[in-house]
Amino acid sequence: MSEERKLRILIAKPGLDGHDRGARVIARAFRDAGFEVIYTGCHQTPEQIVNTAIQEDVDLIGLSILSGAHRYSFPRVMELLKENNAEDIAVIGGGIFPLEDIPKLKAVGIKEIFEPGAKLEEIVNWVRTHIKPRKALVA
Amino acid sequence: MGKGMFSESQLERMEREYQDWLGEYQKALQRLPERLERFSTVSDMEVKSLYTPLDIKGKDYFQDLGFPGQYPFTRGVQPTMYRARLWTMRMFAGLGTAEDTNKRFHYLIEHGETGLSTAFDFPTLMGYDTEAPVARGECGKCGVAIDTIEDMQRLFAGINLEEVTTSMTINPPASVIWAMYIANAENEGYDRKKLGGTIQNDCLKEFIAQKTLMLPPEPSLRLVVDTVEFGTYEVPRWNTISISGYHIREAGATAVQELAFTIYDGITYVEECIKRGLKVDDFAGRLSFFWNSHIDFFEEIAKMRAARRLWARIMKERFKAQKPRSMMCRFHTQTAGCSLTAQEPYNNIIRTTTEALAAVLGGTQSLHTNSLDEVYMIPSEEAVRIALRTQQILADETGVANVIDPLAGSYFVEALTDKMEEEAMAYIRKLDELGGMVAAIEKDYPQMEIADAAYQFQQQVERGEKIIIGVNKFPSDRPELEFVLRIDDELENFQIERTRQFKEKRDKVKLQKAMDELRRRCEGPPCWENNVMPALIDAVRAGATEQECCDLYREVFGIYTDPGTF
Repeated sequence: MSEERKLRILIAKPGLDGHDRGARVIARAFRDAGFEVIYTGCHQTPEQIVNTAIQEDVDLIGLSILSGAHRYSFPRVMELLKENNAEDIAVIGGGIFPLEDIPKLKAVGIKEIFEPGAKLEEIVNWVRTHIKPRKALVA
Repeated sequence: MGKGMFSESQLERMEREYQDWLGEYQKALQRLPERLERFSTVSDMEVKSLYTPLDIKGKDYFQDLGFPGQYPFTRGVQPTMYRARLWTMRMFAGLGTAEDTNKRFHYLIEHGETGLSTAFDFPTLMGYDTEAPVARGECGKCGVAIDTIEDMQRLFAGINLEEVTTSMTINPPASVIWAMYIANAENEGYDRKKLGGTIQNDCLKEFIAQKTLMLPPEPSLRLVVDTVEFGTYEVPRWNTISISGYHIREAGATAVQELAFTIYDGITYVEECIKRGLKVDDFAGRLSFFWNSHIDFFEEIAKMRAARRLWARIMKERFKAQKPRSMMCRFHTQTAGCSLTAQEPYNNIIRTTTEALAAVLGGTQSLHTNSLDEVYMIPSEEAVRIALRTQQILADETGVANVIDPLAGSYFVEALTDKMEEEAMAYIRKLDELGGMVAAIEKDYPQMEIADAAYQFQQQVERGEKIIIGVNKFPSDRPELEFVLRIDDELENFQIERTRQFKEKRDKVKLQKAMDELRRRCEGPPCWENNVMPALIDAVRAGATEQECCDLYREVFGIYTDPGTF
């Protein structure tokens, strides 16, 4: 009988902005919800984020950004996941985005975007509903 | 009459009658209970229903309040305050290229702004030129891109640098950007001794909260002391550090944490400068502070009054300062970006107005008011004009600037001021026990205190214990504003190309010589002979880019990366 392992989530901050309040709060909320959480800290390149995600064997990457550089970094993360055959790692985003950018981010494969005012509970529930462990551990 | 402001007999009567009144209050609550289970400030400090002379019975007017412009400066740093000169209206501005920001500066000055404040983009803040691979997508987005002294010239074109004071929010690369500012001003014919302004240059709060990180704490402090030392002798009207609580608060700290960690950062800078051999009264008068004005009105006023008293006492008692100027907590204030909402953004005007009013009643020396669209990105001209007008209306229409420290003597405000000071002192003692701020940062102590407070606040919001209109009460969808500013992604290529051309025309020999001297000074022991500033001024004049100087720093001093704790 196989047992579902805990979801592993990477919270990552691409780009150079240091606004990490949201990233650290959501990391704690995910941990309190029973997920395994890895947080990269600020100032990560898309390359670093994807490397960490693969090494840590995560199921989900949560990208947090408030600088406006998401138009570069979010699609780049998606591209790199594809190049590394790791497209099954889901990606969500949180932060401040011009409304017109949100459909574009979803079009490159970002599963969901959480905007200011999103409740922690709502985000946790979304993850529980939509994200499953990539490989079930064989007991 | 005893030590306090009230006689024994008055206080005895007050005690009796207060108890009687409390009885009445409890009775009344049986008919109509209190609205909330618990009343507290936005920082979660519990407040009572009523404050009376009993709450400030131990106060001594002369020791604890004094007159404006006199120790301990609780009532303000100048004797005249806003009767003689209003606070400086200083709007934080930076967008796109240097020309775009220069245009914004002129727009603000035309609309009555009285001081400049520069926002740099993230690559500039982190010591990278626009062409750096890590800078992709960031150029001009959250501020202005400054790679070279030519960009600095474009930024301040047409502005009289001896008349207007300029604040620059720059931290790890502060010495480099300041060198560009001084070199450019001199190129334009100004005298460095007459230049007035501020570099933020507060490296400690970067580790604690703002996270524009470059070098480890020790060499970061060395560079800060170099700038203080250089300013003391060469640029005497310049505020060499703006010791900042703003970012600590935005990261989620309480008002007390903001106050305590910031004052302790100040203590650390003073200690480091004294270690260098500077005399406290020679430099302390050029240290300034930067507070957040959050949404809880009285808490902010109390915090600012407590900050003045606390700093004055520390400078006098701990550092034996003699000059009154050395004991003054002079400060800039910015309204709280984190209090604004993306939902129903016009409500942000009301929040900013309230916060600006608190800053004025708290006795600020200068003020930035956030624009209603700053929740989305850097402000549009339309929104920034409303924000500036908010200050002008407060200054000229409302009468709040007519009387100095008008809330002094309010039982509540005085009691809250005392509580702020007491609780901040408890943190200061704790930080002393931990071995100082650098040791505390290495132990992740202030960072985790703030993370705890941020998480607790978010949970209170989710439980409805703290209300945010439009978010968890009367929730509303986010409308798109019609005038949200967009920064063209193409600017990046333009700026990269411009810097590339600039680099081609440099005198390579002269540049190398200047960089060698900068390296020699960085590698040498910290002292006046090895102060980086003269070498930096020569280097940027010879065409060194911001990143070239910062790369040299990184090579010599090592790098610091975010530990990523939560």
